[in-house]
Amino acid sequence: MTTTIREDFAEILKLVRPSARVLDVGCGEGELLELLTREKGVDGQGLEISPEGVAACLGRGLAVVQGDGDRDLDHFPTQAFDYAILSKTLQQMREPKHVLSELLRIAGQAVVSVPNFGHWKVRWALLSRGRMPETGALPEPWYSTPNIHLCTLRDFVSLCDALDLRIDACASLAEGRSARPIDPRQPLENWRAETALFLLSRKAEPQPAAAARGGLFE
Amino acid sequence: MTAQVPITAGIETGGGAWRFPADRPLPLDSGATLCPLEIAYKTYGTLNATRSNAILVCHALTGDQHLASAHPITGKPGWWDLYVGPGRPLDPERHFIICTNVVGGCMGTTGPASLDPATGEAYGLKFPVITIGDMVRAQAMLIEALGIPTLFAVVGGSMGGMQALQWAADYPEKLFSVVCIGAAARHSAQNIAFHEVGRQAIMADPNWCGGAYLKGGVRPEKGLAVARMAAHITYLSEAALQRKFGRELQRDGLSWGFDADFQVESYLRHQGASFVDRFDANSYLYITRALDYFDLAAQHGGVLAEAFVKARNVKFCVLSFSSDWLYPTIESRDIVRALNGAGCRASFAEIQTDKGHDAFFLEEPLLQQTLSGFMAAQAQARGLA
Repeated sequence: MTTTIREDFAEILKLVRPSARVLDVGCGEGELLELLTREKGVDGQGLEISPEGVAACLGRGLAVVQGDGDRDLDHFPTQAFDYAILSKTLQQMREPKHVLSELLRIAGQAVVSVPNFGHWKVRWALLSRGRMPETGALPEPWYSTPNIHLCTLRDFVSLCDALDLRIDACASLAEGRSARPIDPRQPLENWRAETALFLLSRKAEPQPAAAARGGLFE
Repeated sequence: MTAQVPITAGIETGGGAWRFPADRPLPLDSGATLCPLEIAYKTYGTLNATRSNAILVCHALTGDQHLASAHPITGKPGWWDLYVGPGRPLDPERHFIICTNVVGGCMGTTGPASLDPATGEAYGLKFPVITIGDMVRAQAMLIEALGIPTLFAVVGGSMGGMQALQWAADYPEKLFSVVCIGAAARHSAQNIAFHEVGRQAIMADPNWCGGAYLKGGVRPEKGLAVARMAAHITYLSEAALQRKFGRELQRDGLSWGFDADFQVESYLRHQGASFVDRFDANSYLYITRALDYFDLAAQHGGVLAEAFVKARNVKFCVLSFSSDWLYPTIESRDIVRALNGAGCRASFAEIQTDKGHDAFFLEEPLLQQTLSGFMAAQAQARGLA
């Protein structure tokens, strides 16, 4: 465990209620889940694609399922968690809209962070050089980036609207700086935010599953 | 880790055959009872003062209690020697490890070769049909007799994994954690089909004598060997067979006959021939039947998640092998899905290997690492040093 906490982790730590049930999609080696378990006493579950990540999580005593956020979210029953976390990977999913919708089927609230393609550095790179941008939040060249579904802050907000999701909180994240609460609908933020972290919920509350009884998967 | 280091030679700390008194029969799922019941077992390590470090390891179809002890008939090292021993995932310096021969087996636990008290002769086909649930019920009787209130873990691969799942369904209050490796929550049509081939091979052997071969002093060795050969193919992957044997010949040139020309033929014949020395044909019939009858969801109204709803406090680790086509990864994923559905905290990993179903017994660093990580983390959660 490193002594400095990633800025998005610090923000997520603030958002999550103590003792909550948390699903971390793409949990890597389990740093965030371990932090949430230690600091907030959460009941955590990870989903991770890499065998190394899964082995590391198991060694940390975390419950982790090897799987793919694009394919395997249907493993989890409706409203089995209080929070589903997807950190900086929605843009790598084959079907981001479906994934977002799944997160809010599984959990009461989703914590999702996305790099903002509307950030001024990105716009400037395109405008001045006519090249695909390579920035701190988007460091890879176009041909090797895992990011296949990039969006701007405005795009993401309109997807939330289309899915009838409520934005409960939003913060702008930048490396090495503390998070700044923002109104994602403010046009200026679409220029300023490098990465945005959202706390989302459904406007129409789904019926919570009765403590995940059987009959969920017939 | 080098293969087959005989460091486990002296780690056995106890065991024997536990004979239950006549007033403690084993009730069976079929409605019959088994009496008297004798359970052969081995132990490794010592039970701690709080009796909280006991691990039950459940063996596979043709395994037995010789988990990490030399086999009395073959002289070979214990079947899970690579995973049980000092510094290994199951460590007798920290754990009290118990392995029992299953009911219906032939290494000391009551099975079809045992004497039927009603006739004074071997049971043969008079032995009642048993299930995975019956095996687990017998194990639970032994665990209780040994004075162990709760098990730190039940660990098993293949049929052992099925027993581990059955433990979670039947005795969740007596469990802290479950490790299920290369198994399934039910036997598929393909699994049943392969077993039927094996059973028919045994029953087609004239020496089987309708199951009463012990009376005549013969044994259906040919049939049992063929059953083993067919089953053995299902334990390996195509890639592993190719890597090991390819089309390599035993001698220079073909025999232009039906000798074992190919190395793979010779290997299978050896597997079949050596198996009959240590296994009873009727036990093979009964245990394969128990596997075929296994369907944990069917025992719970057709919903697998229902099997685990009382096991929400049990920590699960489900592992599969990428090249296992006998119990493929999808079967393990179905288990994990049901565990999630039941609200249990479960971990799942697919171990990448080309060694097929048998990877469970072999040197597999990722299995080693994953199992060690899970056991260490659970030991910490259980408060074991």
